[in-house]
Amino acid sequence: MSYLVRMTGIDKHFPGVHALRDARFELQPGEVHALMGENGAGKSTLMKVLAGIYQPDAGKIEVAGEEVTVAGPRAAQALGIGIIHQELSLMKDLTVAQNIMIGREPRKSFGRLDEGELNRRAAAALASIHMNIDPRTLVSGLTIARQQMIEIAKALSNRSRILIMDEPTAALTDSEIAELFAIIRVLKSEGVGIVYISHKMDELKRIADRVTVMRDGEFVGTVGAAETPVSTIISMMVGRALTDEAVRVPDLTHAPTALEVRNLSRGRAIRNVSFTLRRGEILGFAGLMGAGRTEVARAIFGADPRDSGEIIVDGQPRNIRSPREAVHAGIGYLSEDRKNFGLALGMDVRANIGMATLKRYSDGLGRIDEKGLAVAARKYVASLAIRTPSDRQEVRLLSGGNQQKVVVAKWLLRDCDVLIFDEPTRGIDVGAKAEIYRLLASLAEQGKALIVISSELPEILRVSHRIAVMCEGRLTGILPGGAATSQEDIMHLATQRDTTSKEHAA
Amino acid sequence: MSVNAIKPGWDAGLKSSGAYQKLLAFASLVALIVVFSLASPNFLQTSNIIAILQATSVNGVLAIGATLVIITGGIDLSVGTLMTFCAVIAGVVLTYWGLPLPFGIVAAIAAGAVCGLISGTLVAKMRIPPFIATLGMMLILKGLSLVISGTKPIYFNGTPSFPTISTGSLIGAVVPGLPIPNGVLILFLVAGAVSYVLSRTVLGRYCFALGSNEEAVRLSGVNTDGWKMAIYALTGAICGIAGLLIASRLNSAQPALGQGYELDAIAAVVIGGTSLSGGRGTILGTIIGALIMSVLLNGLRILSVAQEWQTVLTGSIIIVAVYADMMRRRGN
Repeated sequence: MSYLVRMTGIDKHFPGVHALRDARFELQPGEVHALMGENGAGKSTLMKVLAGIYQPDAGKIEVAGEEVTVAGPRAAQALGIGIIHQELSLMKDLTVAQNIMIGREPRKSFGRLDEGELNRRAAAALASIHMNIDPRTLVSGLTIARQQMIEIAKALSNRSRILIMDEPTAALTDSEIAELFAIIRVLKSEGVGIVYISHKMDELKRIADRVTVMRDGEFVGTVGAAETPVSTIISMMVGRALTDEAVRVPDLTHAPTALEVRNLSRGRAIRNVSFTLRRGEILGFAGLMGAGRTEVARAIFGADPRDSGEIIVDGQPRNIRSPREAVHAGIGYLSEDRKNFGLALGMDVRANIGMATLKRYSDGLGRIDEKGLAVAARKYVASLAIRTPSDRQEVRLLSGGNQQKVVVAKWLLRDCDVLIFDEPTRGIDVGAKAEIYRLLASLAEQGKALIVISSELPEILRVSHRIAVMCEGRLTGILPGGAATSQEDIMHLATQRDTTSKEHAA
Repeated sequence: MSVNAIKPGWDAGLKSSGAYQKLLAFASLVALIVVFSLASPNFLQTSNIIAILQATSVNGVLAIGATLVIITGGIDLSVGTLMTFCAVIAGVVLTYWGLPLPFGIVAAIAAGAVCGLISGTLVAKMRIPPFIATLGMMLILKGLSLVISGTKPIYFNGTPSFPTISTGSLIGAVVPGLPIPNGVLILFLVAGAVSYVLSRTVLGRYCFALGSNEEAVRLSGVNTDGWKMAIYALTGAICGIAGLLIASRLNSAQPALGQGYELDAIAAVVIGGTSLSGGRGTILGTIIGALIMSVLLNGLRILSVAQEWQTVLTGSIIIVAVYADMMRRRGN
């Protein structure tokens, strides 16, 4: 068997982290080799070693049977290794052709550019992936999917025999994914070896030939994609078999009402939404993209103004006009975009947990009671099982699941009894998701009232005691949780379009 | 815009939406000229127009230099005192050492390039933020100018042809009745050359690329550190030219001069539509920006507006220009 790439015994340390331990990987020509693992398993790091972005501490890299040192991105290019990064790395102010040819601009004398030749070569690269676009178009005007294609054209124009794709479909729609897969099949037939890093299990079956699983920087195993069940791959990734526990719906008929929303409206985004939420209850919010779930949450939280509607917290009507007033009323909102709206990433766990409660932990002169704050922070680190070396660890160094727990701790410390979770497991590993679900359940058991917004139906069904379904800004129904409801029931309500709005459209 | 329509892809900066800002800047320039010429019959006199152009030449050249670094997403606060430093170097070579004129010219430009290279090294290799690195260079160069000159002006009495660099008129000699000073000619030559570099050469391409997404450029296998150093060096060399212009106009190197010029230069760049976050900008815009500033000052002076108020108005113009730029970008 001939190998395009063989990496063995790769070791890599970062300050405080042993990122790769004796990692290995093999790639054959003409295969799509999926590299799987949880966040932090070392997939991207291993591929960055292959692409010359990181230098390994130990280990051997062979390309086409010859041992090589990949000293940098340019050396990788010379070896025919192209990488498409997870975050798009294009220069938006430059044209498509200028991006594709960056670093390899055809030149005339005195460092002058040969723009005509540059555009011709870029056009050829685009044609090779059947992409019909003017190479002189500015990248900033292109959709994410097209930018992704430009990245591929850029990697291929360098005659790459080895193409590394790091989560290429993260931002693509289904039809765009199909387009990408068509290109991958063409490349495959031309003998290009493709490393495909992804979290999406369904894509494996569609595109991958073999799967290598990594965990904690180590090689776990390589299996055939077609014959291996997804559950096997997941258990290889998390190191244990995941059991899908069903939700246990408690009897809440005598529980007091924590939050009541009456006739909430805002423009076309929220239309006359009413519901109640009891203490100890988890109310799931399901719906398609743009159904208005996040809008409802933001309106309740006072982040967006509302046209009309009443919000009653613990039996008292509250006129909430700003997040400040919402927090005062005991409502906490956990944004789907933790990193931008939920956390100060560069600050430590303690500071983040205390962020909303500094008034309580400071004296009249504004001096912070660090001792008191530390006690409180450690209490939540223990009770929520936040995995961190100490409460002084910077939040950016924690995993997604533990970051989410820090946000939860922040609102718990603030005595918020109504917690609104917007996509609580976005960007969180398969293994850590189950832990978040258990956390939600235990918060409910402690008498907190929870709203959980999620786009993943299995997640909604897994956590909700009742399920509110929205479509086009309206609440189209509330379904019971647990086994009584199926995904089809939810989809039925989520697509129940308003007849008047159809008339509007016509 | 029309240039753009005829030759798509000719100039990345022109193609970008910065064109609107430049159009806006150009419209403001025209509006200012109209207002001032209506307000005062003296404004459109040939002598006054030449005075405006002459006044623009030093700030214009400095601003062109600053534009390069700003397009990369950096900033150069040392352009003003570097200009003075280069003037002092020219004084040393020509007056103290008594060497012929070409040596002075080469020395000034080379000194600029070397100092720019040092700034570039601080930024690219030592990873000091450009604001801090060039702030340090600004003070170092200010001090060195005073040390070298003994805090006294150096006069160019031994080199009678020196003032003609700025105030002579080659055009006037060829076309009588068009006494455009050489300083203005040099401004437009530098503008043309740098414009060409930006749009047609590898160095120019990497200016925009670095400002647009530096990490992406590095991961594409480009020697980003080296190019960045080269760009700062080019900016420095252009400051050397500005140093020659100002020294020639004053027929002396004034070591105490220079601080504050960097802010006027950056203001001209920003008014001209170059984004301080990098990736976008044009030399044409910068020239228009520099002209707006000198037309405004000249016009207000003709209308006998007190100098204090001139400064207040200049500040307001900068804020309005940047605000307009932000609104446009938010609209996109």
